[in-house]
Amino acid sequence: MLTVSQRQALKTGLRVAIAVFITILFLFPIYWLFMISFKTADEIYSFPPKWYPGQIHFDSYIVLFKDGDAETVWNSFVVAGSSTVIAMFLGTICAYSLARYKTGGEHLANWIISQRMIPPIAVVFPIFLLFVWLKLVDTYLGVILLYTAFNLPYVIWMMRGYIMDIPRALEESALIDGCTRWQVIWKVVFPMSRAGLFATAIFTFVFAWNDFIFALVLTRSEVTTYTVQVTHYFGGQSNFWAKISAMSVLGTVPIFIAVAFMQRYLVRGMSLGAVKG
Amino acid sequence: MRDETERLQAALLFCLLADAKVISLPDTSRADFSERNFKYLLVAPAIFVLLLVGVFPLIYLLLVSFQGITMTETATDFIGGENYAALLDDTRMWESLMHTVIFTVIALPIELVLGLAMAQLFLDKLPGRQVFIALLVLPVVVSPIVSGATWSLMFNHRFGPINQIVEFLTGNDSAILWTINPSLVYPAILAAEIWQWTPFMFLLLLAALANVDKSQLEAAAIDGAGWWRTFFRIVLPAIWPVMAIAVLIRGLDLFRLFDIVWALTKGGPGTMTETISIFTYVKGFQQFETSYTAAVALLVVVLLSIVVMLALKRVQLSR
Repeated sequence: MLTVSQRQALKTGLRVAIAVFITILFLFPIYWLFMISFKTADEIYSFPPKWYPGQIHFDSYIVLFKDGDAETVWNSFVVAGSSTVIAMFLGTICAYSLARYKTGGEHLANWIISQRMIPPIAVVFPIFLLFVWLKLVDTYLGVILLYTAFNLPYVIWMMRGYIMDIPRALEESALIDGCTRWQVIWKVVFPMSRAGLFATAIFTFVFAWNDFIFALVLTRSEVTTYTVQVTHYFGGQSNFWAKISAMSVLGTVPIFIAVAFMQRYLVRGMSLGAVKG
Repeated sequence: MRDETERLQAALLFCLLADAKVISLPDTSRADFSERNFKYLLVAPAIFVLLLVGVFPLIYLLLVSFQGITMTETATDFIGGENYAALLDDTRMWESLMHTVIFTVIALPIELVLGLAMAQLFLDKLPGRQVFIALLVLPVVVSPIVSGATWSLMFNHRFGPINQIVEFLTGNDSAILWTINPSLVYPAILAAEIWQWTPFMFLLLLAALANVDKSQLEAAAIDGAGWWRTFFRIVLPAIWPVMAIAVLIRGLDLFRLFDIVWALTKGGPGTMTETISIFTYVKGFQQFETSYTAAVALLVVVLLSIVVMLALKRVQLSR
């Protein structure tokens, strides 16, 4: 017969075992991707496949940097970074107006968030035709513009929630002390909502960074992002596994680092602010 | 005395009416006027961009969909509803819509149930709980195209680990063609999809479960309610709003499923796994049937707008 505490320990042990199993299951594909990128071509195409790299090789990465393919990661960084900065600024001031003055009421806010739910393919098609006419295809400006517009509803919606959480009295006292309304935004609202700003900015960045369909349509060779570059190595039976995996890892590591800094805000950011987490 | 009371009453009534906006007062204060401008000034740039990218394309789609532009035909004459008539007869389009629905109705419940089960597992104290959760988040933030590529490595018939496991379990070297065999291609895509998004459900539901009122659970335990009874009577209603939001967000994402399928099969074999987004892409950017694609895209927007409107009515997104 087990005592109560023994039974408790057994139960916890079992739960830990299941937790470990599930975590391994979910991490294994990521492990496999990373592991392939550190193999040499011979090792990748050896049969039966090895489940671990014999030695860590950086050959695949060296090739990417030599050929200039790694530049696509820089392109991703430029378009995701620029569009994030613009969307954050335009979105936050708009969110402030929605939160504090109830501009347009619930209808405007609902319309804005519904903009995010339109399927990208339906938007990108007419935008592409427009950009051909404006000569914006395969330019930084074009891609940045589209990412900004795509992320604006998200920024507005999230920042509206974060600003509503700030006590209003602070802004009122700042106004009484002689601040102009712009100063209130710069000196009170931005600093007070900095955690929300930071979390929203990272989400916005990741959305743009991870996008494939917009970049697929709007880029050719000049501003190819890393997601499009990964698919350039696909082809019938001769997929370049080494390049696919190394390119994917180059694009994935920055996100893992970014996410590590904002664990607390993940739930709120992913649930469109509906769950405070 | 009486005079004064009447005057006071009149003044009070006037104030009340003015307050209730029944009578309007001439507004002379400049501060108030500039405040009204200010709030629109803040909204204007964002709305301008949204209209540019949200409304302009729809109007443009509507126009182009009534024209006859293709790869070889550049005339912009209006040809009436021909494209829409063709759309109704296009079995490939309806099939792609069907595939999208199949992916959605299979993936969504599985992600929900698995996510809920995982959330239940990690709800109570567990050694290393935060580490587990931090690690389990990782699939969600990987770019869908990268996760598609990752799974095509996993499913590779010769060098992928999945066939190794199958071989180990069954004992024969079967070299299964996961992304080519018509009866296996759906499970393969669904595996990638479910792998990537179950952690999303897990995180949201974990947060919801953690917010369930503990005293109610204790009361139920004292009353002798079993686990299932407690779950269905107390826990489920409490996490319902979050569940609805999670399902809405994931449902809309699944409706525009593109990247994972693109990486794994490009819609193949044939058009077996073509989703509506892939169909639209192929029509517009590979076959260059501009006007027809516009009609398809507009149909997608209309369908989805109906779903979103119905959903937003039932789901409380904002407080």
